[in-house]
Amino acid sequence: MMNILIVARKEIQEGLRNRWVLATTLLLAALALTLTFLGSAPTGTVGAGALDVVIVSLSSLTIFLVPLIALLISHDAIVGEMERGTMLLLLSYPIGRWQVIMGKFIGHLAILSFATLFGYGAAAAAMAATGVPIDTASWTAFASMILSSILLGAVFIAIGYLVSALVAERGTAGGIAIGVWLLCVLIYDMALLGVLVVDQGRTIGGGLLSALLLANPTDAYRLLNLGSESVGALSGMGGVADNAALGPAALIAALVAWALAPLAAAAMVFARREL
Amino acid sequence: MTDTVNVTGVTKSYGKVPAVIDVTCSLKEGETIALVGHNGAGKTTLIKLMLGLIRPDSGMVRVLGEDPAAGQFAARRRLGYLPENVSFNMALTGRETLSFYARLKRVPLDTVGALLERVGLAGAADRRVGTYSKGMRQRLGLAQALLGRPRVLLLDEPTTGLDPALRHSFYEIVAELRADGATVLLSSHALTELEGKADRVVIVNRGAKIADGTIEELRQIAKLPTRIRVRLAECEAGKVDDWIGRTGAWKRINGHVLEIDAEPSEKISLLRSAASTDAPVVDLDVAPPSLDELYAHFLGAEEAPQ
Ligand SMILES: Nc1ncnc2c1ncn2[C@@H]1O[C@H](COP(=O)(O)OP(=O)(O)OP(=O)(O)O)[C@@H](O)[C@H]1O
Ligand SMILES: [Mg+2]
Repeated sequence: MMNILIVARKEIQEGLRNRWVLATTLLLAALALTLTFLGSAPTGTVGAGALDVVIVSLSSLTIFLVPLIALLISHDAIVGEMERGTMLLLLSYPIGRWQVIMGKFIGHLAILSFATLFGYGAAAAAMAATGVPIDTASWTAFASMILSSILLGAVFIAIGYLVSALVAERGTAGGIAIGVWLLCVLIYDMALLGVLVVDQGRTIGGGLLSALLLANPTDAYRLLNLGSESVGALSGMGGVADNAALGPAALIAALVAWALAPLAAAAMVFARREL
Repeated sequence: MTDTVNVTGVTKSYGKVPAVIDVTCSLKEGETIALVGHNGAGKTTLIKLMLGLIRPDSGMVRVLGEDPAAGQFAARRRLGYLPENVSFNMALTGRETLSFYARLKRVPLDTVGALLERVGLAGAADRRVGTYSKGMRQRLGLAQALLGRPRVLLLDEPTTGLDPALRHSFYEIVAELRADGATVLLSSHALTELEGKADRVVIVNRGAKIADGTIEELRQIAKLPTRIRVRLAECEAGKVDDWIGRTGAWKRINGHVLEIDAEPSEKISLLRSAASTDAPVVDLDVAPPSLDELYAHFLGAEEAPQ
């Protein structure tokens, strides 16, 4: 456990030093603030809470940005250190390979959590500062949005490690990471939508749809944040969520599984790898 | 003295490329060993096997009584390693980097400053490693290898990139470690630099161990001739030819200088004759075979039967 924390601490130190933390926090804060103030105009007419609108726009932002940032930090973690030669020295120390991966994971996740919390927190703080009334339910939804965004980040950090452990060169890892991002964020949904339109509900029932949605972590995230009550009405995702019959517990479980499985696979692949 | 490292019949291939072939050797407490071989001979591979970074295809490796690849780390805490191309994260400072490694080895952090001082990095300790010169990175590499009074040090080409001053202080550090009872393995391409520094030499060629012993033992095994060179006195040509005729096979380098490659057995008698009162000799040089010649001999002996 100690070793894991030592590695995590070093990752955070590095992230602070090479401005990763600063850059991602500022990026998320800038985009969140922009969306907040652009989105606050139609609030009154729709009749939904001001913060609910922000949740919808920030969730959509998260789906694009958080996986990208997570993959950017993580795809280099193993293959990059191997290429630079720092891994050789690290592994000659009394530390297990799985501890190296776990330490990096905790460190990278801390960086991403910090950026999400403060980036999105800035938006909520700005909203509260303007004096708009916000009810407790909206605050809860906002907090769970931040937490699930971090969970989504964890998923893609883990996927990035798996890619990084599998490939022989950094360039390949970068290419595959972009491919994964495109697949999860764009291609999968387009393909799924196409299939649903063609199928017209004949063969794909609720159960299969649920499985298909859980098979893509970004969809699980989307349902989790855009499918619930008031926000659901606003985002138009309510209908999909009802059809798929997936509760928050199932969605969160899916996301956790999506984080743990690639992480375990990455540790296994890395353990077998020759230096 | 007890063995700290035991390598028994170890073979390791990368795909079809054999990197280490059936190597057996043991390293003892308080011993400094030179691991010598040309590029690609398998030195780094052998060191990685001792570290447990790679597993042997067959054979057994024991370091401080443990299998280094088995995933127990008690031995690694008492082990220092300097990779051949040492590199660090560029964003952290020298002190932060060394503190990180000290934490991993559970070495008290207050030793870090003294260690940086010892390798001459005290002035640059709080600069980013990215701004270091190659020699400074090598010093930092050495510093991390010395963390926590290691019992076994595996140093892969440790002096590349060090200036003569630091090279000197590096060998002083090695001498201290030896006095302290540590096993120090130094790998190198050339034997010459290690003269007087290593107790024992292990020569590897194409993955196989071809020689193992002290430099004196290797000299005896190799039976390399000693070169004796004499300068002749001014005297009539006939007298010299007469003397050469009596003593044997001197080679004429020029009018004034003669040379002979003397076998160990005939060395003394040749020297006696050259030093005798009737020899027309004013000066005499004896050059024992250099370490490079010794090294070349072992490599040559290996190539010949093939
Ligand atoms: N990761 C690897 N994959 C494939 N082949 C390798 C690998 N590492 C080493 N080899 C091969 O193993 C052999 C021994 O390499 P090694 O690095 O041990 O040599 P070395 O004695 O350290 O050489 P040098 O003096 O150049 O450092 C070489 O033929 C090399 O090509
Ligand atoms: Mg080498």
